[in-house]
Amino acid sequence: MTDLVIIGGGPAGMSAALAAYDRGVRDILILERDDSLGGILKQCIHNGFGLHTFHEELTGPEYAWKYEKQIHEKQIAYKLNTMVLDITPDKVITATNETEGIFTIQAKAIILAMGCRERPRGALHIPGTRPSGIYSAGTAQRFVNLEGYMPGKDVVILGSGDIGLIMARRMTLEGAKVHAVCELMPYSGGLARNIEQCLNDFDIPLKLSHTVVEIHGKKRLEGVTIAEVDPKGEPIETTKEYIPCDTLLLSVGLIPENELTKQAGIQIDPVTGGARVNQDRQTSVPGIFACGNVLHVHDLVDFVSKEAEIAGIAAAAYLNGVPETKTEISIKTDGKIRYTVPEVITEKKDITVYFRVSGVYRNATVCVTSGKNVLLTKKKQKVSPGEMESVIIKKEMLEQIDELMFQLEVQS
Amino acid sequence: MKRELTCIVCPVGCSLIADLENGKVVSVSGNSCQRGRDYAQTECVAPMRSVTTTMRCCGGEILPVKTDRPIPKNQVMDCMKIINQRVAHLPIAVGDVIIENVFGANIVATKNMGGLGNE
Ligand SMILES: Cc1cc2nc3c(=O)[nH]c(=O)nc-3n(C[C@H](O)[C@H](O)[C@H](O)COP(=O)(O)OP(=O)(O)OC[C@H]3O[C@@H](n4cnc5c(N)ncnc54)[C@H](O)[C@@H]3O)c2cc1C
Repeated sequence: MTDLVIIGGGPAGMSAALAAYDRGVRDILILERDDSLGGILKQCIHNGFGLHTFHEELTGPEYAWKYEKQIHEKQIAYKLNTMVLDITPDKVITATNETEGIFTIQAKAIILAMGCRERPRGALHIPGTRPSGIYSAGTAQRFVNLEGYMPGKDVVILGSGDIGLIMARRMTLEGAKVHAVCELMPYSGGLARNIEQCLNDFDIPLKLSHTVVEIHGKKRLEGVTIAEVDPKGEPIETTKEYIPCDTLLLSVGLIPENELTKQAGIQIDPVTGGARVNQDRQTSVPGIFACGNVLHVHDLVDFVSKEAEIAGIAAAAYLNGVPETKTEISIKTDGKIRYTVPEVITEKKDITVYFRVSGVYRNATVCVTSGKNVLLTKKKQKVSPGEMESVIIKKEMLEQIDELMFQLEVQS
Repeated sequence: MKRELTCIVCPVGCSLIADLENGKVVSVSGNSCQRGRDYAQTECVAPMRSVTTTMRCCGGEILPVKTDRPIPKNQVMDCMKIINQRVAHLPIAVGDVIIENVFGANIVATKNMGGLGNE
C-alpha cells in the first residue's frame, strides 16, 4: 500500500509531489516511463519558462531542474523507465519496467500527470503520398534538441502553434531554410512574441488562412502544395502554390493523454479531452486527482506547476481524511467560452476558474451568471483561443446557487 | 517617425508604438511595464537577442546551452557558428560557463550532464 502515487514525472507530477510533501505526506511514489524526470521540458531548450513563478526567464531544462533538485533533497521516491499500464477505480495501479516486470501497487490516492501528446498527421486528412520527412513539431524538437540530428534542410511548417514557431527558429539557427508557416485559421494560435522572435526575426513568412493541400514525393518528401482557404475552410483553387521541401512539420495541436483515466472509469469532459474535475482537481473518482496537460492543454508551464500544487494539496487533505462537502455547483459555458477548469464546484470558497474561448474576440465581456443574477463581469480588450483566461469566483457568490453560467458578450 | 513593435520580453506580447526622432526613441506607448519601454528603446536602436541552442560534448552527448545575456541580433548566426565548432567536456552542471565572451555574453549550460542530477 502506498499513500500517494503520481503518474508522470513532468513539471505537473514533480510540483504535485512537492506540494503533497509540504503538507506532510511522506509515502509518495512517482512513476515515470522516460529515463529521467522533467517531462516535455527536457526538449524545450528555449527560454521563456518560469517568468511568473521565479521572475526570471529560464529554459525548459533549467525550470525542470528547479523542481527535480527539490525532489532529490526531500528524497521523494520515483521509478524511471516505468510505464503505467492500467489503473482501476479502486486505485490498483499496474505498471511495468525491466527490473520488476509487471507489478501492481495499491494506492490510497493517485495524481494523474501524464501530460499530452501531439495530434498526428492521420488526424489531418492531407491527401497525397506517404513519404518520409513528415514529423510532428514535437518529434522534430526531440530529434534536434535531445538526439542532435536535423530532420531536413528545406522545411514547411503546418500550424502556427508555439511549438511550430519555436521549431521554425530552431531549424533556421541550425542552418535549415524554413520556407513558410501555414495556418488554417485567420489568426495564429501562438504567442505574439513567438511570431516576432521566431518568424519575423528570420523573415519566415506566416501564411494565415493557408493549408497544405497535397504532399509530393515517393520515398522522401519532395514538396507540398499549399493554398489559401475561404472562410469555410475550403482551399481556393487559383491560389495553389508548390513549395519544394524535404521536411514538413505539423504543429496542429495537442491532445491530453487519457487512456489510463478512461480505464479508471473517470468521467471525461468531451471539450478538454481531460477528466472532469472540481476546484481541487479531484476527478469523478474520489481520491484520484489530475493536473497539468493531462487535464487540459496549458501553454505556460507556470500554470501547470500552479495547478499541480492545488492537486498535491488536495491529495494531502484527502489522505488526512478532511470531510467531503456536499455542495455541487456545475459550471456551464456558452460555446464562445469553450470550457472551464474546474467544471464543477463542491466547496464554497474563493476559487480561480480558468477558461478558454473559441475564437478571437475584441471588446468582449466575460459574464458569470446564475439564473437571472449577474454575479461577475470582466471586460477584455481582446481574447483569443491561444490564451488561457481566468476569473476569481468569491465564496459569497456561491451561496444558494446550484449552477454557474460562463458567457462571453461581444459587441457587434 | 512611428514604429510598431511586438514586445518579446514576456508572454503577454504587448503591441508597442515607439516615436522616433533623429534615430532616437522619444516616447513609447502600448507597454504595460518598464521592461516593455526598455525593450522598445533598444529594439529601435540596437536590437539584442538571447540565443538558446545545443552543443556537442566529447562523448557525443547533446548539451543544451544559452547566452547568459542578450547579444546583438545581427550576431546571432555567428554565435551559432562558434558554438557549433566547439565541444564541451563533461561533467557539467547547470550554469557552468562553457565558452567565455561570445559577443559580450558567456555560453552557459542549462542542464547537468555526466555527473549527478538530471541526465
Ligand atoms: C512538444 C511540446 C513542446 C512544448 N513547448 C512548450 C514551450 O515551449 N513552452 C511552454 O511553456 N510549454 C510548452 N509545452 C507545454 C508543456 O507541455 C507544458 O508547459 C508542461 O510541460 C506540461 O507538463 P506536464 O507535467 O503536464 O506534462 P509533460 O511534461 O508532458 O509530462 C508528462 C510526463 O508523464 C509521463 N507519462 C505519460 N504517460 C505515462 C505512463 N503511462 N506511465 C508513466 N509515465 C507516463 C511522460 O513520460 C512525461 O514525462 C510544450 C508541450 C509539448 C507537447
